[in-house]
Amino acid sequence: MSDRKLVKNGQVCSLPIRAEDDLLTARHAVRAAALQAGFGLVGQTKLITAASELVRNCYVHGGGGDLVIEHLSPPPRAGLRLTISDDGPGITDPAKALVDGFSTGPGLGHGLGGAKRLVHEFHLETEPGKGTTVVITRWAG
Amino acid sequence: MNSSEIPILRLGKVLLAGLSNELDDKTALRFADELSHQVSAIGAEAVVLDITKLEIIDSFAARILVEIATMARLLGARVVLAGMRYPVAITLVELGLDLPGVETALSVEHAMDKLAPPGGSRVG
Ligand SMILES: Nc1ncnc2c1ncn2[C@@H]1O[C@H](COP(=O)(O)OP(=O)(O)OP(=O)(O)O)[C@@H](O)[C@H]1O
Ligand SMILES: [Mg+2]
Repeated sequence: MSDRKLVKNGQVCSLPIRAEDDLLTARHAVRAAALQAGFGLVGQTKLITAASELVRNCYVHGGGGDLVIEHLSPPPRAGLRLTISDDGPGITDPAKALVDGFSTGPGLGHGLGGAKRLVHEFHLETEPGKGTTVVITRWAG
Repeated sequence: MNSSEIPILRLGKVLLAGLSNELDDKTALRFADELSHQVSAIGAEAVVLDITKLEIIDSFAARILVEIATMARLLGARVVLAGMRYPVAITLVELGLDLPGVETALSVEHAMDKLAPPGGSRVG
């Protein structure tokens, strides 16, 4: 239940999110990592979709940033932890931003809340004027 | 003619478009433009979007698909989304996106059956 004993197996990969093409690159990298970690089809699809939402938010709302992919392996479970961070404007009201239908742009406003539902752990840290970091974890299998 | 990378096939008054495994933002937007152009150009009665290969539908792609359906409806055409993969369907439900106004079918064949008038000749 607690992730205190998480062991990282040393595989870390960091990708810049600076241009529109980086969204696709990020998706590919998450897919490759999910396959390597032994994710099933549904788990893989959920994680890639969550990553797609958060990476797009990082690019569109946060002005770009980074995606870090970590393999977690506390035996017998394998999982992936993704950290998506930017030093953009931050989110003034994170609770509101998580509600389906809330968007400050033309979007449907389901990205943030949807991403949260698609993973096993979700942490959002944001400060107006400083930026936003979202850390998500999903276990394989 | 078809400036987007998604091939659009014409079968009588039905347009059939086959999406590939990946739908990036730019391609999606170009495709929506191209499709609306063709729907109005031929007076299409229906559009079948074959998404059998599409592996990911995120909220951006979902929004484009709903926009395509709305646009087609305004132009007098039905849109049928055919062949959605089950992990994609499960993921869309969790995203809270049920694609309002978009008809679905199990496969392209089912979509064509759906479009065929009962007892009449097959569309296309
Ligand atoms: N990285 C970020 N930096 C600043 N603001 C953000 C960030 N991520 C999300 N937000 C804010 O939270 C709101 C909700 O985000 P969410 O992803 O749910 O919806 P959206 O991006 O507007 O639309 P979509 O449904 O297309 O994702 C955004 O409109 C934006 O105001
Ligand atoms: Mg979003």
